[in-house]
Amino acid sequence: MNMLTRRLLIAVTASFVFAGHAFAQDKSIVVASTTSTQDSGLFGHLLPMFKAKAGIDVKVVAQGTGQALDTARRGDADVVFVHAKPAEEKFLAEGFGVKRYPVMYNDFILIGPKADPAGIRGSRDIVAALSAIKAKGADFISRGDKSGTHQAELNLWKVAGIDIAKDKGPWYKEIGQGMGAALNTASASNAYVLADRGTWLSFKNRGDLAIAVEGDKRLFNQYGVMLVNPEKHPSVKKDLGQQFIDWLVSSEGQKAIADYKINGEQLFYPNTNDSGA
Amino acid sequence: MTMRAPSEELPIVFEGVTVAAGPVTILDSISLTLLPGPPTVLIGPNGSGKSTLLRMAMGLLAPSRGRITWGGRENVPPLKRAIVFQRPAMLRRSAAANIRFALRAASIAHAEHARRTSELLELVGLERLADRAARRLSGGEQQRLALARALARDPAVLFLDEPTASLDPTATKAVEDIIRTVSERNIKVVMATHDLGEARRLAGDIVMLHRGRIVETGAAASFFDRPQTAEAKTFLAGELLV
Amino acid sequence: MPQDLTALQLVLSGDPALFAIVRLSLYVSLSAVVLAALIGIPLGAWIALTRFPGRQGVIVMLNALMGLPPVVVGLAVYLTLSRSGPLGAFGLLFTPSAMIIAQTVLVTPIIAALTRQTIEDLWIEYRDELTAMNLGPLGRVATLIWDARFSLVTALLAGFGRAAAEVGAIIIVGGNIEGFTRTMTTAIALETSKGDLPLAVGLGLVLIAIVIAVNALAWTARRAGERLAG
Repeated sequence: MNMLTRRLLIAVTASFVFAGHAFAQDKSIVVASTTSTQDSGLFGHLLPMFKAKAGIDVKVVAQGTGQALDTARRGDADVVFVHAKPAEEKFLAEGFGVKRYPVMYNDFILIGPKADPAGIRGSRDIVAALSAIKAKGADFISRGDKSGTHQAELNLWKVAGIDIAKDKGPWYKEIGQGMGAALNTASASNAYVLADRGTWLSFKNRGDLAIAVEGDKRLFNQYGVMLVNPEKHPSVKKDLGQQFIDWLVSSEGQKAIADYKINGEQLFYPNTNDSGA
Repeated sequence: MTMRAPSEELPIVFEGVTVAAGPVTILDSISLTLLPGPPTVLIGPNGSGKSTLLRMAMGLLAPSRGRITWGGRENVPPLKRAIVFQRPAMLRRSAAANIRFALRAASIAHAEHARRTSELLELVGLERLADRAARRLSGGEQQRLALARALARDPAVLFLDEPTASLDPTATKAVEDIIRTVSERNIKVVMATHDLGEARRLAGDIVMLHRGRIVETGAAASFFDRPQTAEAKTFLAGELLV
Repeated sequence: MPQDLTALQLVLSGDPALFAIVRLSLYVSLSAVVLAALIGIPLGAWIALTRFPGRQGVIVMLNALMGLPPVVVGLAVYLTLSRSGPLGAFGLLFTPSAMIIAQTVLVTPIIAALTRQTIEDLWIEYRDELTAMNLGPLGRVATLIWDARFSLVTALLAGFGRAAAEVGAIIIVGGNIEGFTRTMTTAIALETSKGDLPLAVGLGLVLIAIVIAVNALAWTARRAGERLAG
């Protein structure tokens, strides 16, 4: 082996080792969260403010709610920030979380083609709309990935008195992917899809899609945040993680959330003081 | 390259050596003594066993039956022997680097490398092509480089397998001149050829092989003037020996 | 279509976030190729030169592993590096190191299999010479690797191509964390999911340009070297 090759090898090996250590020593936490918070740009807005205040880097791993909770269960995240209250309460009951704090809500909207084959556009009644979609057999894209949005969708079918597992036909397509992929699929096939408003507002490939149903109370989407239980996973950075949670629910954090707008439209509504949320 | 004293490698003695590959007998009961002195040339048609005999004398191939000794000993590692194969493989390096590689493989002191390399390149007339990639040299140049690479091992015995096959007359003459020089420096040359003219020009003595057996041995002059066997007469007459 | 210019504008304006992503992509994939070469080249050479029972099976297996699905590798590395996994204590999950490990696993079989083939072919050519020079096993391996170096560059490039193009493994073990583990491919996946197809396509073109540039560089080096060494 000549000198140059040897030097190159040493340099690469050294940088490999160094990189691992350098990142490990940073003041940082891993937050398992959902695609909606990331794709909507909310984290891009909040994290620089938190970093300036606390000097802590927040590394967001954006997954579906189900996957985010699993990541936390394995001890691979310090904080989990998701939107599926029953799943979060189960997580707490299993002892993986310390305490759940409500943070904010946004709302789901039903998106559909402008041609509106189910004839539901402009309605404020999500249950009637879903019934119409099923009755007409209009194409519907489901996330099918156990995410918070998927769970909310399943719950809405149940409220509409439809057993979707049994009643679904070829018009109901489960794609098993994130919100963006579901919107892309709906856009490409002119189908209806349930989406969170934040992702929709920042989504660019809309094609012929528009909002079909919005404003129904049953479409509200509550976000909660939890510290992963250090008793289950000693590697959890409990002080840094708690600082992030405390900031989110502080008046400063709540105001920052309310201030985030796309095209002048507010995406998330802080409600940490709503004890039932 | 210096003049050599007679070496402990010689004589090389074959005693009843047989080589079989499966059912095929390649060499059959060969008994032969290679002594110091002018080149010994193995002749015979293709497939007569010349290459196999060279490889065995080099120590690359063990006999199925019989034994081979070098200076009276068996299993002498080939430290003072070298071979140039019929189609020598050129290492993917420059001509000079090919020689340096052989010097290194022969554990020759690093301080010697530069001097020895230029001496050897000069001996084979390749000093101007020292930095040329070996694989881009012509056939004759490659053959000469292979000779230099073999000589880098400072051998007492040098085996050459058809060293001028497929070379033109000019290139052939260059290689034969080198072989003569080598032989004059007391390096025992043992070479195989099927070119009778070359055998006449270089041989001190002749070993003729046919179908894996030795059919005739003797000093070159008497072999060419008074062949004893029918096979040798046929071969020397330029007729097809099958 | 002014939107189509977005990625180009990012490049031309020297967008620091884009350059950080490009740098991380190169760092991860090149590190993986170097580590895979350190393992794969000696391993391939060893298999080429050694006869042992089951060797044919090992070669078939190695060739098959060239097609390892990245997602499966990603999942396996994820489960290994997870806090609940056997190597969880090192805290490597969701770091560039985890991505390097995953890509090393993907690339090593490619380099080992191609090395095995190259070295075995060269060994057929060199066997007589190296044996006649009384070279030991280590000397043989070193000579064959050195003399096959230009062909091995192609094996390294095949490995690099695989690593640079792959998203399935690194998005699982890296987490696609902005400014930390986001690479070209995971950024493309993200922009696609955000429906920003022009930006995704633009980033894709940047990635292809980088892969072409790396290959052109290697090719030039190879040609220059071959002129000198044949």
